Amino acid sequence: MSDLKTVYLDHAATTPMAPAAVEAMTAHLLEVGNPSSLHASGRRARRIVEESRETIAQALDCRPGEVVFTSGGTEADNLALKGAYWARRTADPRRTRILATSIEHHAVLDPLHWLAETAGVEVELLPVDDRGRLVVDALRASVERDPASVALVSVMWANNEVGTLQPVDEVVAIAAEHGIPVHTDAVQAVGAVPVAFARSGVDALTLTGHKVGGPFGVGALVVRRELDVTPIVHGGGQERDIRSGTIDTPAIAGFAAAVELAVKQQADYAVRVAALRDDLVRRVIEAVPDAHLHGAPLDLGGRLPGNAHLGFPGCEGDSLLMLLDARGIECSTGSACSAGVPQPSHVLLAMGRDAEAARHSLRFSLGHTSTRADVDAVVEAIAPVVERARAARR
Amino acid sequence: MRVIAAMSGGVDSAVAAARAVEAGHDVTGIHLALSRNPASYRSGARGCCTIEDSNDARRAADVIGIPFYVWDLSDRFHEDVVEDFMDEYAAGRTPNPCLRCNEKIKFAAVLDRALGLGFDAVATGHYAQLRTGADGLVEMHRAVDHGKDQSYVLGVLDQAQLRHSLFPLGGSTKADVRREAAERGLLVADKPDSHDICFVADGDNAGWLREKLGDRAPNHGGSIVDESGAVVGSHTGTYAFTIGQRRGLRLGRPAADGKPRFVLDIEPVSGTVTVGPRERLAVDRLTGVGPRWCGTVPRELTGTVQLRAHGEELPARVRVDEAVDIELLDPAYGIAPGQAAVIYDGTRVVGSATISATSRVQAGQR
Repeated sequence: MSDLKTVYLDHAATTPMAPAAVEAMTAHLLEVGNPSSLHASGRRARRIVEESRETIAQALDCRPGEVVFTSGGTEADNLALKGAYWARRTADPRRTRILATSIEHHAVLDPLHWLAETAGVEVELLPVDDRGRLVVDALRASVERDPASVALVSVMWANNEVGTLQPVDEVVAIAAEHGIPVHTDAVQAVGAVPVAFARSGVDALTLTGHKVGGPFGVGALVVRRELDVTPIVHGGGQERDIRSGTIDTPAIAGFAAAVELAVKQQADYAVRVAALRDDLVRRVIEAVPDAHLHGAPLDLGGRLPGNAHLGFPGCEGDSLLMLLDARGIECSTGSACSAGVPQPSHVLLAMGRDAEAARHSLRFSLGHTSTRADVDAVVEAIAPVVERARAARR
Repeated sequence: MRVIAAMSGGVDSAVAAARAVEAGHDVTGIHLALSRNPASYRSGARGCCTIEDSNDARRAADVIGIPFYVWDLSDRFHEDVVEDFMDEYAAGRTPNPCLRCNEKIKFAAVLDRALGLGFDAVATGHYAQLRTGADGLVEMHRAVDHGKDQSYVLGVLDQAQLRHSLFPLGGSTKADVRREAAERGLLVADKPDSHDICFVADGDNAGWLREKLGDRAPNHGGSIVDESGAVVGSHTGTYAFTIGQRRGLRLGRPAADGKPRFVLDIEPVSGTVTVGPRERLAVDRLTGVGPRWCGTVPRELTGTVQLRAHGEELPARVRVDEAVDIELLDPAYGIAPGQAAVIYDGTRVVGSATISATSRVQAGQR
């Protein structure tokens, strides 16, 4: 079993580090120096952090001062939602509503539920269509019902489970009419589709290192200068006083190298990976004729290039995952599992699928190391695995 | 063989999984998620079925070096075990949910799924021994460690289930298993044994039933009477009682003879609990229904029966007809309908039945 070659198709969970990022990170691991210190070692570390900030700013079309380093995507989402909400409500106590899609990641949904429970925030989770795309009219109606009461709108750039790209431009246009700030969780989007902060018009954007070929434990919230954000982590006042905590110089260096590379290669990546993904989807459906794709169709560009989210009627997603895992093929049921207990995906439920359909799904997510051989392995395994999983359900 | 090792997060199932690997099987560990809302660290709950247990099981699988998954059987568990538990108490009976879980979940839902997925057997950390008899049938016997023997809660398994079961601990003592866990570097080696019903987190059966039964309870209070019908106290729900119970009756008036009183009868419809002296609990005839046989169905045998987990072996004559008639050679006390009577021939488990009725020894008749 141990000599089995691993076919890794769970890049949406995490993707291998790019060698350039490993090099950038390890170059600093043996060097001393707290970026906040005033001596030469501190200055040297500070310089690395600031150069990294500039690299990321250039890659994402923002100003260096708008990049706030965090411990990752979850912290960046929490900072954006809680921080912007508190600042906006302090400025005007009528702002008690936050609008978001019903298919956000738990790093957005759970802070919102927490705000609703503890701070009386009226959270409105907006519907999506059967492809997993925000119903823009619902957002418009919700905003226009009482624009002055909206503290914030949060709409992910691309969904992590089914890969559907969200109409961020339209969201920004609606919010801008009323001066409402927009946050977007772009964790899955950076490096996969074009993401330009300033041009997008959003006010805050979340990204994370380990989804773009950088290290774990580092991410950033890009925050427009004009948006006030109340800190949620207090201490030494690092990162514009928005996010305290000693700055992780080596991780940030690796993160910046990964972002730079991913953005530079994005166009080529998208073409190459989408071709592999299309091939995988087509051939899996050939092998298992009643399998079907969830989310946006392949050919219309409304989907992350690496995402193949497939339903296999009559199977438990868990069984499929386990059987594929035993053959060295690694994928995901795409559902949240805090205790390892799979719950039916809130994303598929929001897309109008029933709990049964939500349970028989698998997410294959391709990435920068994916190959034709990976696709071949899935295509070869899938029919017997599905047959087996169906037998287990009898 | 390809084996599914059911791992609770405790020491026994961890060592059982390790031994299955050592026996040359291709083992995959699973933890059963049985609660719809597993208690987390945050809620401070302890006991079985917590996220902590799931993590312990996962760490044990890491140490043993086997793949590990969580199987969500919470819906099945709720339907087949928890609902049954509530219904039985509501009806004035005393169920054993561990037997139900073995019959319906571990060696049914889990086993079926395992077989469907291409596995050959399910291994658990139960203390019982399997061997193949002269007739080719798989026999289940009591464990070597009589103090830990769990054949009672497995008495509901039929031949098909036993053929696909592995109990790697049946030949060992608990002390040996703990020592072995420590030697294998399993961090659960000194984890305390679980005792209470896993889904009643703090062991407060009555409180749990009161909350969960709600409007489904036949009553939430009534009278406690003595054998003459005189009211001697009151209670807050018949489901809180079991035949033979002595504690928690809170009777205002002491009995005339000054001796302790025990629950003799539970009448859910009228909400009446009858109490009386211990000798009135004596029974020597039991009727069992819903029998489960490990192998060949016996017609008649003289052997022993066990009436509760870790209960004593009682010599008995058993006759199997439409129901299972059990004649105890010496009377037993505090036997409640709903309990399982597991029938043994020596150390071998013959089968089991759920007690539906008991009859009492008439004074002087024997």
